[in-house]
Amino acid sequence: MRLEAHHLDFRYPKTDKWILKDVSLTVGAGERLALVGPSGSGKSTLSALLSGCLAADAGTVLWDGKPLPVKGYCPVQLIRQHPELSVNPRRKMGKILCESWTPDKALLEKMGIEERWMTRWPAELSGGELQRFCIARVLGPRTKFLICDEISTMLDVITQAQIWRLILDVTVQNGLGLIVVTHNPALAKRVCDRAIDLTDINAARP
Amino acid sequence: MDNESKPVVLSVEDVGVSFRMYAKGLRRTALPVIRSLGLDVCAGEILAVIGSSGSGKSLLAHAILGILPGNAEVSGTIKYNGKTLTSALQKQYRGSEIVLIPQAVDWLDPLMRVGKQVIGTKGSKEEMQRAFARFGLSPETERLYPVQLSGGMARRILISAAIVGEPKLIIADEPTPGLSVDLAKETFLYFRELADRGAGVLLITHDVDLALHFADRIAVLYAGTTMEIAPTRDFLSGADALRHPYSKALFDALPQNGFRPLAGSQPYAGDLPRGCMFAARCGMRTDACFADVPMRSLRGGEVRCIHAT
Repeated sequence: MRLEAHHLDFRYPKTDKWILKDVSLTVGAGERLALVGPSGSGKSTLSALLSGCLAADAGTVLWDGKPLPVKGYCPVQLIRQHPELSVNPRRKMGKILCESWTPDKALLEKMGIEERWMTRWPAELSGGELQRFCIARVLGPRTKFLICDEISTMLDVITQAQIWRLILDVTVQNGLGLIVVTHNPALAKRVCDRAIDLTDINAARP
Repeated sequence: MDNESKPVVLSVEDVGVSFRMYAKGLRRTALPVIRSLGLDVCAGEILAVIGSSGSGKSLLAHAILGILPGNAEVSGTIKYNGKTLTSALQKQYRGSEIVLIPQAVDWLDPLMRVGKQVIGTKGSKEEMQRAFARFGLSPETERLYPVQLSGGMARRILISAAIVGEPKLIIADEPTPGLSVDLAKETFLYFRELADRGAGVLLITHDVDLALHFADRIAVLYAGTTMEIAPTRDFLSGADALRHPYSKALFDALPQNGFRPLAGSQPYAGDLPRGCMFAARCGMRTDACFADVPMRSLRGGEVRCIHAT
């Protein structure tokens, strides 16, 4: 199984500037790819396209040879850069955590998620604490591919090491593919097998 | 301390922050999240504050500016240029002399074009254009709304908005996530310039690597209190030069140094242990760690640990 992108074009509505032009990419299950590139080069946009959060203007995204499902659970899951923007502010944390599956206690403990955070509102947690929920909620068995868009910059280095170790364990255990968007070269080297610079495969020039 | 000759811009002495919360029924309890935190920033200095997520770094920034939510209570003293910061003074200085670069990009007004937000109430169009040019934002960016920005662009907008004018104290709450290494460097370089012109910079960051290249001193926070304040060179020379076991653990967890996580988690604000906050995860712990542990001077820095040598 693999995630393929064929000749993706994308621009935001009502603008004429292409963010992505003719971007193609293939990542197999079990493979770990670092996606790098300067700020504003379209890394987050590509991540959103690959996970079905945005629709491309042209080109296709295929998972296991088929387009991503429009309905139901998407096997390709995205963890976004800003956790405070990716949770429903009117849902308590316990509900947010169980949106797609029910993580077991052992996982929560490894993630450093405290039992008493469950009854809090998102606004009552720090960015790093929120991000742990955003990560834990997509590590379920239905996720087959994980895209991590700058997920650890708001975490302290000890928690970073802790969470990356856990994500790597889960990816190996469940045979997940992984795309990691990061600006930290040391982290990319630690976590990934290979790296791609988006500016090298993107025909759009800023 | 090396900086005794320079005037202290900001001094935070024994500050505590607690939140009043409702327990069962109408009973109210106080939840202390910051305890006996002390640090100071001199003119011309960058003090980097690093530490665990949820250790109260952002709250410290908000306490200095007086923008904590209504149910927060601040104890201890925060002085700006020797004067105790009262809420009237905070109101007067914030946005002009004391500025904040917020951590979350949702601080931008989603319904206002970003150019206008950068100008704010005190800046001018020229200042905005200069800031945009400095951080590599094209002039058209001015007409965009926050949803149209990439993560890195939003970050640069927040920085531009803060530095319009001539701030004396910059409190940067994780200004660099989402920025490429070059832009992050450029941002830090700009802080360095501001510091060299006499401003004080309190830089809250997780990017220990970069902080090491630009900061003068580093304060390590854990569970709402200062664990160690050390000159930057100690962090550069390795774990052995550091004083506190927690600082050493931070150093070892960097991806380039071992990437070793540490078992256990930070104590929850509701039931902070007596004595050393780090004792439960520390390999050097003895019974004496569960009594009060004061800050003490050690090898040109300060540390809150009785075993540190």
